[in-house]
Amino acid sequence: MSSDFAIAATNVNFWYGSFQALFDVNLKIRRGKVTSMIGPSGCGKSTFLRSVNRINERIDNIRIQGSIHVLDKNILDPDVELVQVRKHIGMVFQRPNPLPISIRENILFGYKIHMSTRASKRQQDDIVEQALQQVLLWDQVKDRLHHKATGLSLEEQQKLCIARLLPIKPSVLLMDEPCSALDPKGTEAVEELIWELHNTFTILIVTHNMAQARRASEECIFMLMGKVMEHTPTQEMFVTPKKQETADYIEGKYG
Amino acid sequence: MDAVEVHRHSFQRNRDWYIDQFVQHLVFLAGISAIVLIIGIFFFITKEGMAFLFGDVSMSEVFGSMFWEPSDEDAPDYGILALIAGTASVSGLAMIVAIPFSLGAAIFIAEFSSGTTREWLKVLIELLAAIPSVVWGFIGLSILNPLIIDLFDVPVGLNVLNAGLILGLMAAPIMTSIAEDALKAVPDRYREAAEAMGATRWQITFRVVLPAAKNGLLGAVLLGVGRGFGETMAVLMATGHSVNIPGSVFDSVRALTATIAAELGETARGSEHYGALFAIGIFLFVITFVINLSADLIVRGVKES
Repeated sequence: MSSDFAIAATNVNFWYGSFQALFDVNLKIRRGKVTSMIGPSGCGKSTFLRSVNRINERIDNIRIQGSIHVLDKNILDPDVELVQVRKHIGMVFQRPNPLPISIRENILFGYKIHMSTRASKRQQDDIVEQALQQVLLWDQVKDRLHHKATGLSLEEQQKLCIARLLPIKPSVLLMDEPCSALDPKGTEAVEELIWELHNTFTILIVTHNMAQARRASEECIFMLMGKVMEHTPTQEMFVTPKKQETADYIEGKYG
Repeated sequence: MDAVEVHRHSFQRNRDWYIDQFVQHLVFLAGISAIVLIIGIFFFITKEGMAFLFGDVSMSEVFGSMFWEPSDEDAPDYGILALIAGTASVSGLAMIVAIPFSLGAAIFIAEFSSGTTREWLKVLIELLAAIPSVVWGFIGLSILNPLIIDLFDVPVGLNVLNAGLILGLMAAPIMTSIAEDALKAVPDRYREAAEAMGATRWQITFRVVLPAAKNGLLGAVLLGVGRGFGETMAVLMATGHSVNIPGSVFDSVRALTATIAAELGETARGSEHYGALFAIGIFLFVITFVINLSADLIVRGVKES
């Protein structure tokens, strides 16, 4: 398999109980690019995203078939350790979910879990500053690192949720409608941030917002009823969609 | 037909309004009567105890003396120091027993078990909480008593150890329930966030859930302490009921509550002894009130944040 692709899903079928949410999904997500997934509610885009780090398995009664290779390893193999999967694949959720501990401890949370050696206070300070600098949050919060993270504004919380993934150096970032809880200004700021990060990480982002997909992604996947309809460079999808369903959806005929 | 149907509007009160008013008043009455009853009980206890509190016996003797000999005809003693020591030692040991058990059980039920295991455990915990205290006392008397005598080679098995174990087991189910509620009140998205970062179950529990639930857990412990202070029957049966400041867990003691239960029936109404027992009642009332109130405030603080 070519290592141009960070994620390669082959014939993925997915069931919630007896309800099938994904049908033979085949996708190859390019390394180091921002790929967006669009489609109406219930089309399976979030289900797919949540299968890539297997956070779906929090729910009982789910079943998955097929293979999802991330970094050339099938993460659905029985010998795969979930902790390691999630170390390499970070996730940002729809609703910002910083932990109810200090800003500083939020940033260090993943680091403390995954790194076997204890970092000195100095090293920890560096890690915190670097992560917050990278998400353009350092200047706003540097004087209140010991305050509870849950007291930040939603935009700051979401940036923090991205920042806390960085110290463990994941290679893939999954984002599940990361801006839907934010106001337009916050959305813009987080989108800019995603764009800043896209050379370092492979980013797969689910969005309801077509303008956002158009602005902030290089490749775009359109899903409908649990199936992949189209996967092309973003510009192509919005200018010359191949399928009628895609054209109708991006024109807003249904959603 | 183009004739428009004419609706007859009425702006009068209808039957629903009267039913609504009736129910409102009924519910108000039910609510207010609970408060009235509690205040009434408080006044009754205070009235009966006041004569003693402001009577001939000085408070420094009551709280300072370890001799409780109210039926001595020449010079009765009303020192409750030994009784306080009895209650405190038994409750203290009970908490040492109950806290690890109940927090462990709550963590297992809320964070580690799932499906039918969880449901069964919850039912069993509820069942444990429903065992009457006299049954617990009976277990202390007939099972733990000989066991302690055999195991530790002591002359009496009715002592602080016995009552502490029994009381700990009694308090554990209710503490487990409340602690489990506190853990469940931690929003699931925190767990999801930590899990998505690769935290294990134990890391999630230890680093995320327990810190977030710590006030609720403290409330659970305090309610357990309150239960310990107020418990009477099991303590009466398992402590040995002898006035004593314990030097070790193998000493028999007597609790404040058990003293009231055992002696109130034998006193003449209005006598000094009778008043002294009511004064103990006031003392217990104040202590449990303070404990429960602070537990309540702490738990409420959790819900607001």
